[in-house]
Amino acid sequence: MKKILSLKMEGITKAFPGVIANRGICLSIHSGEILGLLGENGAGKTTLMNILYGLYRPDEGTILINGEPVVLNSPRDSIRMGIGMVHQHFMLIQNHTVAENITLGYKDAPFFFPLREVEKKLKGFSELYGLEVSARKAVWQLSAGEQQRVEIIKALFRGAHLLILDEPTSVLTPPETADLFEILKRMAKEGHSIIFISHKLEEILTLCNRVVVLRKGEVVGEADTREVDKVALARMMVGRDIVFDLTRKKLTPGDPVLEVDNLTVRGDRGEVAVRELSFSVCRREILGVAGISGNGQRELVEAITGLRPADSGTVRVAGRDVTNSSARLISDYGVSHVPEERIKFGVVPNIMVYENCILKRHHRPPFFRGLFLDYDAVKEHSSRILKSFKVAAPSTSVPVKNLSGGNIQKLILGRELAGEPCLLVAAHPTYGLDVGATEYIRTQLLEHRERGISVLLISEDLEEIFQLSDRIAVMFKGEFMGVIPAGEVNMEDIGLMMAGSKRLEARGK
Amino acid sequence: MESVIISVLRRTIVAGTPLLLGTLGEIMTERSGVLNLGIEGMMALGAVSGFIVTYTTGEPWFGLTTALVMGMLISSLHAFVSVKLGGNQVVSGLALTMLGLGISGLWGKPFIGKPLAVKMQPIHIPVLGDIPLLGEVLFRQDAFFYIAVVLGLCFWFLLSHTRWGIEIRSVGEYPLASETQGINVHWVRFSCVLLGGALAGMAGAHLSLSYSKSWTEGITAGRGWIVIALTIFSLWRPLRAFTGAFLFGGIFVLQYLLQPLGISPSFLAMLPYMATLGVLIAGGVKRERRRLQEPAMLGEPYVR
Repeated sequence: MKKILSLKMEGITKAFPGVIANRGICLSIHSGEILGLLGENGAGKTTLMNILYGLYRPDEGTILINGEPVVLNSPRDSIRMGIGMVHQHFMLIQNHTVAENITLGYKDAPFFFPLREVEKKLKGFSELYGLEVSARKAVWQLSAGEQQRVEIIKALFRGAHLLILDEPTSVLTPPETADLFEILKRMAKEGHSIIFISHKLEEILTLCNRVVVLRKGEVVGEADTREVDKVALARMMVGRDIVFDLTRKKLTPGDPVLEVDNLTVRGDRGEVAVRELSFSVCRREILGVAGISGNGQRELVEAITGLRPADSGTVRVAGRDVTNSSARLISDYGVSHVPEERIKFGVVPNIMVYENCILKRHHRPPFFRGLFLDYDAVKEHSSRILKSFKVAAPSTSVPVKNLSGGNIQKLILGRELAGEPCLLVAAHPTYGLDVGATEYIRTQLLEHRERGISVLLISEDLEEIFQLSDRIAVMFKGEFMGVIPAGEVNMEDIGLMMAGSKRLEARGK
Repeated sequence: MESVIISVLRRTIVAGTPLLLGTLGEIMTERSGVLNLGIEGMMALGAVSGFIVTYTTGEPWFGLTTALVMGMLISSLHAFVSVKLGGNQVVSGLALTMLGLGISGLWGKPFIGKPLAVKMQPIHIPVLGDIPLLGEVLFRQDAFFYIAVVLGLCFWFLLSHTRWGIEIRSVGEYPLASETQGINVHWVRFSCVLLGGALAGMAGAHLSLSYSKSWTEGITAGRGWIVIALTIFSLWRPLRAFTGAFLFGGIFVLQYLLQPLGISPSFLAMLPYMATLGVLIAGGVKRERRRLQEPAMLGEPYVR
């Protein structure tokens, strides 16, 4: 395997049915360089990198390594060329050990007893790059940061010279991100080339030497990171100036609407996911729960909305004990829910828009009359939602799966807020949405807060938490490491709390 | 009394052998993420083709080889539909069962009731075969039993201590991740389905060449479904398949023994399924899905 001294992609075009994901893209990188690839969700970054990794074949364009054209038909070809990729969703087998995962792609492992050899070699690697992992642990026992290290080691084991990282920091705590950056800089110094995909401007500016900006499948700009600033990059990425600050009116919170007391909930594997948690959310208040996914946020949300039984403790909504009540009852009491996996739990993709608009309320008037549904009322209701929440849909009589992610999310939000709930539980409401839809949804949340509902906001996006929350709680391993009023936050503290190495006494309760 | 015990144990081994062969094959198939519900059909086809070839050539090893090849041939249909085309594995597997049963009924019609002149001879393993009791039960069986045992050990070793094993298991757990590691997912799955077919064919040949030494329609008598239950019972591990197969084989023998005592054979025939349900319930109650070790992507087609 020859070393990759330079790599060029020229005129890459790739179309999927209905969309052109990449159009005439050119980029180049040389050894020792860290190249940032910046763009919004759906800008075509991942498609481009999947082409480079051999998962997709481009419709047009050529890839040159060290000046010679190459054809990459499958990941196997790319691996042979020395290209390694760390995917956004880790390509790790959860039930297998670290060593087994590494062996999978390591062709030089002996056929018999391959793990022994791999474990031996792993030690050397860990020391060389400062990548600590234990070989015998199963992947599901590792933190996200550790899993990412395994991914990087996997690529290095196969002798990758060019490493592609797709949104690598989205699952990391700030300290873990800092560690990752150290590792990457060390690798670049050793002569590796790194392509770093992100939509976070600060990260690109701190880590990368050069940045290429994509928008709607095309390269819209390229710059030396020493010569641009955040605002200029943002303009390139979005195509217009964007507002970094939303205005949040000062409101005095009212009576508590949601009261959680000593709540303990178990996760899918029977482990304690939420541990003796107590907090409350008041009227006209947004409580933001920050933290890395997988620290019990999902279980907390499911216990509050009645989707998962609580082991002990109580959940009260507007003074009424709803612990372990059915999801329908809780919904009828005025608890709305924007779930984290919108396609799986938020809508029924194959049924019509108008039918989706009355889910959870189909058993009540005016939609339900005697034995039948009143379809006129249903359709009228749904067109009202489409209009007031700016959902772009050809009509109410199309299956929801034909809508884009942003429009589906607006539809869900509209449906959930239409019933005039007293509490909205919103889990990762803007995850994976473009800047426009994100802005809209955040504004809506603030508007409804002013109208008097309370919101429990779960998010990994710290920017979102800061923009919206009146109080911020940081969740780690099923507990709140602290609850801080929005005015008193300190980035460093939040980072430490997310990593579980700092705990503040609850204040402002 | 001793001779009764020996006879019961010997027959248990004989009855358990086809179950073991079939289960080992299904374990390999399912570990790669493909569910094959066509065992019953593949076994029937193996049984009939093995019988016809042995009957006409007089050489049971030819029959065995034919059964193996026929098993692979018919399973390649399932592999094509469910792996290559990404079709529904349940539907395609069930179709395989019906197809296999149908073809075997048709081909076997002229051979019903004809006795086999030659059969697989028991092999007396030197020294080990002379051990009292144990030798007689374990080391004077015919080749099918030894093949099954050796294959079982090989598969265990293959799955847990070789690179291929890691690749097969990874494909069953997370095919996309395996593909990004340069593994040809379709090739691995295809091979595993064919391997499963070969073993099911062999299991069928055991029934017509060794167990009953004749052909009758419906010779498999639901053993293909027991194999599927056994695969779950063994928690997809080759070594556990030994326990399961001979335990269930013993139940077959007991059916005949206990019938005179007034215990309904139907009750005993039900036991393997009850035991499997028990394992599933125990696994479900513990809410520790990971302990069940079901391949995570079992039954999910992989289309890039």
